Amino acid sequence: MNVTAVIINIIAVAGLLIAFAKDKDKAIKSLKMAGKSFIRMLPMVFVIIIIIGLLLGFVPPDQISRFVGERSGITGILLVGVVGAILHIPALLSFPLAASLLEEGASVSAVAAFITTLTMIGTITLPLEIKELGKKMAILRNGISFVIAIIIALIMGAIL
Amino acid sequence: MKKNLKEKQKRGMMRDWILLGMILIIAIVLLSIFPDRKEPVINTLWDYFMEMVLILPAVMILLGLFAVWVSKETVVKYLGKASGIKGIILAIILGALPTGPLYIAFPMAAALLKKGAKISNIIVFLSAWTCIKIPQEMVELQFLGPQFMLLRLSLTIIFVIIMAVFIEKMIEWSEDRVATMAS
Repeated sequence: MNVTAVIINIIAVAGLLIAFAKDKDKAIKSLKMAGKSFIRMLPMVFVIIIIIGLLLGFVPPDQISRFVGERSGITGILLVGVVGAILHIPALLSFPLAASLLEEGASVSAVAAFITTLTMIGTITLPLEIKELGKKMAILRNGISFVIAIIIALIMGAIL
Repeated sequence: MKKNLKEKQKRGMMRDWILLGMILIIAIVLLSIFPDRKEPVINTLWDYFMEMVLILPAVMILLGLFAVWVSKETVVKYLGKASGIKGIILAIILGALPTGPLYIAFPMAAALLKKGAKISNIIVFLSAWTCIKIPQEMVELQFLGPQFMLLRLSLTIIFVIIMAVFIEKMIEWSEDRVATMAS
């Protein structure tokens, strides 16, 4: 068990204790919400874990690094950026997936581009965003987000 | 409206379970064709499963606590009148608090817009909501390490602020133009 997991669990338990001391009903309500969202996320958790398992077990690292590794250059980064923008998986689950790709020879830039576009850009939520905020703002936000995601990815690749 | 949302969630859940079934079948078929891969695949599955199990329940509990304690109204109230650097910092913090899924952030942003909040603050708020969420950062720390997480976080904050100011200027500029053309 690593340090991060320990710290997060301590924070959660502490938060829960404070919550129960302050307002028992509200605390129970939060626990119920937590349980519900956990169950809702569960199938995707398994899907992602199995995909990671198959990826690491079957796809040779040189294949992965050919498409999203150092050698793939800017095309590889743009490619994963687009995939990240279109895919709709919970952001929380993108991190283990990203970690497995890194392990298999993907470049830091590609992984950073993937996570950043995945979280920032929502093609599925775009219609709702347009409805609530107007076409101009929604399209500007998503479009520029893609550009800055690529810039962030390139800087991270240069530094790390 | 609410009923609609529930239906949608239910359908989403069904879709996820069907997807899981399909992936499971693919995995079983692949592993029975290549039995020598069974060990590395199952080892990886187990490692990642354990890492998730250690962290996801805690993350969910934090999400639940914030969702119940920090109400939408509070966020709109504080962000509606903040401006300048203070407004941007507040937008990042309020956006980063784990108060719910993205589809409740858009109506909040629309309410802020109506209240006359600055466009840059709203953009920062939305972007923080999607990509600077605190539990998300914790999971990133767990899987990708402190260097990766901190660098990506700081770069994201810097560029989101630049983007927000830029979009605000663009929208103001195009509205000015429309106004001059109309007069």
